[in-house]
Order: sequence, then C-alpha cells, then structure tokens
Amino acid sequence: MKLLNHTSSYFSIILLVIIPVWAGLFYFAMLDEIYDSMDDGLANQKLLIIGKAGRQPEVLNKGDFDEGNYAIQPISLAEAKNYKDVYLDTLMYMENEKDFEPVRMLKTAFSHQNQHYSLKVTTSMVEEDDLIFELLTALIWLYLGLMITILVLNNLLLKKIWRPFNLLIQQLGQFKLENPRPLLHSRTKVDEFNTLHTAVDQMLTTSISTYHSQKQFIENASHELQTPLAMTLNKLELLAETSLSAEQLALLSSALDNLTRLKRLNQSLLLLSRIDNQQFSDTKSVNINDITKRLLGDFEDLSIYRQLDTTFHESGPCTWKVHPDLPSILISNLLKNAIIHNHPGGNVNVVVGTNFLEVRNSGAGQPLDGTKIFDRFFKGDNEENSTGLGLAVVKAIADHSGIKLTYSYNSEHIFRLSL
Amino acid sequence: MKILIVEDESVMSDNIAKHLREESYLVEQAEDYHSALDKIVSYDYDCILLDITLKGPRSGFHLLEELKILEKTDGVIIISAKDSLDDKIKGLDLGADDYLPKPFHLAELLARVKSVYRRRKLQGRNSITAGNLNIDLEQRLITVDETPLQVNRKEFDILNYLVINKNRLVNKTALAEHVWGDHMDAADNFEFIYSQIKNLRKKLKVSGADLQIQAIYGIGYKLLAQ
Repeated sequence: MKLLNHTSSYFSIILLVIIPVWAGLFYFAMLDEIYDSMDDGLANQKLLIIGKAGRQPEVLNKGDFDEGNYAIQPISLAEAKNYKDVYLDTLMYMENEKDFEPVRMLKTAFSHQNQHYSLKVTTSMVEEDDLIFELLTALIWLYLGLMITILVLNNLLLKKIWRPFNLLIQQLGQFKLENPRPLLHSRTKVDEFNTLHTAVDQMLTTSISTYHSQKQFIENASHELQTPLAMTLNKLELLAETSLSAEQLALLSSALDNLTRLKRLNQSLLLLSRIDNQQFSDTKSVNINDITKRLLGDFEDLSIYRQLDTTFHESGPCTWKVHPDLPSILISNLLKNAIIHNHPGGNVNVVVGTNFLEVRNSGAGQPLDGTKIFDRFFKGDNEENSTGLGLAVVKAIADHSGIKLTYSYNSEHIFRLSL
Repeated sequence: MKILIVEDESVMSDNIAKHLREESYLVEQAEDYHSALDKIVSYDYDCILLDITLKGPRSGFHLLEELKILEKTDGVIIISAKDSLDDKIKGLDLGADDYLPKPFHLAELLARVKSVYRRRKLQGRNSITAGNLNIDLEQRLITVDETPLQVNRKEFDILNYLVINKNRLVNKTALAEHVWGDHMDAADNFEFIYSQIKNLRKKLKVSGADLQIQAIYGIGYKLLAQ
C-alpha cells in the first residue's frame, strides 16, 4: 500500500471514531444552551405578562392557552405558598402539525390585588429527533468533506513533499554498479530527505569505489600472474630437456598440463577484467567476413580431424564497430566451442550475412540452458579441460561491443551475433 | 613462421598482415599495449613488428623491456613514424633487431622479417638441414637427399619448427600455437596434434629421411637427427 493511502486510511478510521464523540458533546452543549436561552425568554415573558395583567385586568381571565402562549388561573393562598418556578418539557397540541409537539413551559405564581394566580407560559421547542437527524446529516457531510479534503491535500501536498524521496527510489531501482550514474537530487527543505540523500550518496560512492578496486584487483592479479606463469612454464620445459627418468617426465608432463590450463584460465580472466574495465573502448569498423574466413581456415585441420562437416556461407557484408582485437577472440571462441562440443560426423555451419554472424553446430541432442551457458565458470558434463570461460568471453565481448548475442536450439545449437 | 604485429592503426596493421599471410606466415595482431603484452607473455613469435607509438601511456619501448624480463628470444623489428636517431638507438639498445621508419615498402618489410628470422633462428642461412633433410625457407621447399618431399602448408610449418629446434624438446602447446595460431588450445587437442605428427612421420619414413620424431610423455616432441 502506498504511504499516501496508508495515512489516508488511518485518518478515515480515526475520524470515524472522533467525529461522533465530538458530535455527541456538541449536541448536548448546544441543547443546554438552547434550553438556557428558552428559559430566559420564558422568564422575560412571565414579567411582561404580569406587567400587562396589572394594566389590563381582563388578561387575568385568560384561563386557556388558546391563541396565546400563556394561561392564568386563580389559586388559593396555600397553593400559592407552595408554588415555585418550574421549567418543564411537556406536550401541547399544535394546530399546524395536527399533533402533540414538545413545548417548554414555565409554571409560576403571582399575586394581583390580594388574589393569587398561577401562570403557565410556553414556548415551542426544538424537535429533538429533527435536531439529531439534521446533526447526523451535517456530520456525514462533514466527514465526507474532511475525507475529501484530506485525500486532496495528501495527493497534492504529500506528493509534492515526497517527490525527492520518490525520485531517489526510482533512481536506485535503475542503478547499476557496472555503469554508475550520479544520482539527481531535487531540492527539499525536509531534513530527513537531505540526510537520506547524503547517506545514499556516501553508500554508493563507497560501493562504486570498492567495486572498481575489486575489478582493478582482479586485473592486476591476473596481470601479475602472467609473467611468473610464463617463466615457470619456460623453466619446466628446459627441465624437461635434461636427462630425466620416464617417471620424472610423467610428473613434469602433468605439471606442465596443469600450468598450461592455469595460463589459459588466467588469460581469459585477464581478458574479461580488461573488458570490464573498459580497456577496449577504442572502436573501429572491422570486416567480420574476412576474419571469419581466416579463422575457419585456421580451424580447418582440427574440424577435419574431428570428422566434422564444416560449411561457410556468405550472404552479405558484415561490419562491426568494435575494438579490432576483439572480433578474432570472439569468433575463435565460438568456432572452438562449436568444434569441441560436437561428435564425429557432426557439422558446423557458419553464416555471415548483412551485419550478422551465425554459428550452428550439432552436438548434444538437446537444448542447453540458455540462461547459464554464458555464465562464468559454467561447465557442461565431461568438460574437465574446459576453463568454463569461453562463452563468457564471447558474451562479455558482445555486450561490450553492443552486439546482440542469442542462443537457440532447433535440432542444432545456434549462436547468433547481430547488430 | 609466426609473426605478431603491434600497430594501433588497424588499416596499416591489416595491410601488413594480409601481405605476410600471402607469404604463408602465421600472423597475429595486437592493437594496443595491453593486448600486445598479453600475447607476448603467453606466446612465442619468430618476429614481432613493433610500432613504438601506441595509444595510452605505455609505448613499444616498454614492450621491449618486458621481452627482456621474460628472457624471450623473439626477433623484433621496430616500425615507427618517427625516423629519429634517439628512438632508433634506444630501440636497438633495448634488444630490437631492426628499425624501419614509416612509410616503407611491404617488400622491404618482408625482406627484413626474413633477415631477422635467418639471423635469429637459422644462424644467417637461407636453408636449414637436419640429417639428409633440407628445408629451403625462401622456396618453402623440403628435400630429402635432393628429392622434394610433398607436404601441405601445416606439415611444412610443423617440420620447420621441429627442425629449427632439432634435438630439443618442443612443447606440444607451443607447436600447436606456432602452426595453427594463438587461439589453438593444445590441451583440448593433443590427439589432433598427434595425428598430424603421425602423418608427418609416415611421409618422412616413405621419403627415407633419417630423422625421427620422438614423442615425450605428453609434453611434446623431439626431432632426433644425426
């Protein structure tokens, strides 16, 4: 759930509780105030009526409410003595409503020329059920109004306030350590966001520099290994020329084989890290047709020895803008792969067309896992001698040079490189 | 013969490579210092054509120094756009065999490559012998007791390499790289090389050559000659 909706839903629940409580308090406070002011009005009327009775004695004969809102009746002294001013709620028949309606009534007593009278003054009262209904309706509107206001404010305000944050997470989602781009920060007055920006920037700077130094370390390590490896191989070869027993030669042979494998592995690692470290960024237009033809010639003996039927078909010119040292590594790795992972009587078909190169070969009778074959150190079964880096090198060169590399299987393994 | 061209102008490099390949040489190319260094460390070449001015902070002189450290015997011809005496002296001091200022004729370059090869590998001669077998490098002709021996290009290269290193152990990896190129991994293909050697042995036997190619415990081969 979005933060925005999260806060909104909290608000809606909290308001749903708070507003009725607040409405109840408001209702009673208001009612109290209304009674208070009605009672004041009745007390005032009482004084007016008594005053009027003094001037117009016929008023004293008004025993019923009729059209007026008061009634006067004579009472005994004893009754008058017990009389106290009483305000009460009662019902009275209303002609207009044709029903008994609540009224507020003041019962009081007064004396006029030694005669005691009781006086009842009424005033029509608020209809409580109507009031509650009106209040409820108003509250619902208020609630809806508040919710809409909150939603609108959230959407406008919070969106604006959270924009730096959203911009940041959007950029972090697209961030790649291999190809880092500095993060754009929109200005904000929010301290938390500024702290977050600083923290993220620092973290990324550290990560990028660690990543770079590790990449550099791999390159330096393989580079430094090269010379001692080559020297060791040379010295061992010299040793092999001295008079050694068959047993010693067998040991030496095994050591040489392993060292040669190590040398090849190191070469591939060095190449991969050089590609990673952008040391092949200098590009030129390279004719792929010629290179493919030449390499096929170099591999001809090997494929004849392996009893493979090799075909080469040129359907158009293929020119890639790449570092000139890379295509021959790329293509020789692909060809080697097609020749080695094959069976006697199998075939290797190479097609160079307008800006594409396709190497198809027979081999294992089922598709390879296209998601794994280009992984570094991925090895199929029975591939003790393989470094597991050949196709990884192909992939690295293709990616680096902006060439699309795809693998598919259609009764033969198809590796296709295209622009 | 196996040649490495270290040259950052790819058109120039391709031209030289094309010309040398027409002479049946095995040619590898490197565009910059790092690629060149990787190749020099890992492989052996009969001749390196080295452009002194390379892109980046390191020049061809650094490569000459590396060759010295590695105790390599590769012949080196410096090809340079600068015909400066200082560079020439510095290059030759660092172990280069020759210095050829650009522009040059490809024919001249070829003559110098051959000359370096003769000096380095053939003690200055044009042909090399082992027993009753003779290899004329100029003609690319093998004779046994004056009778020509028919071999294909790869067989010629194998035999040539073995004869130059006669009575010495030749590593099978080095042999494969020397004949088929740097991308050939002998570890995967020892049997393949073995089958090539077998063919060659057969031809040598038929022709009556009094030499023997001895296999040495999976390490490589040794050409035994009187």
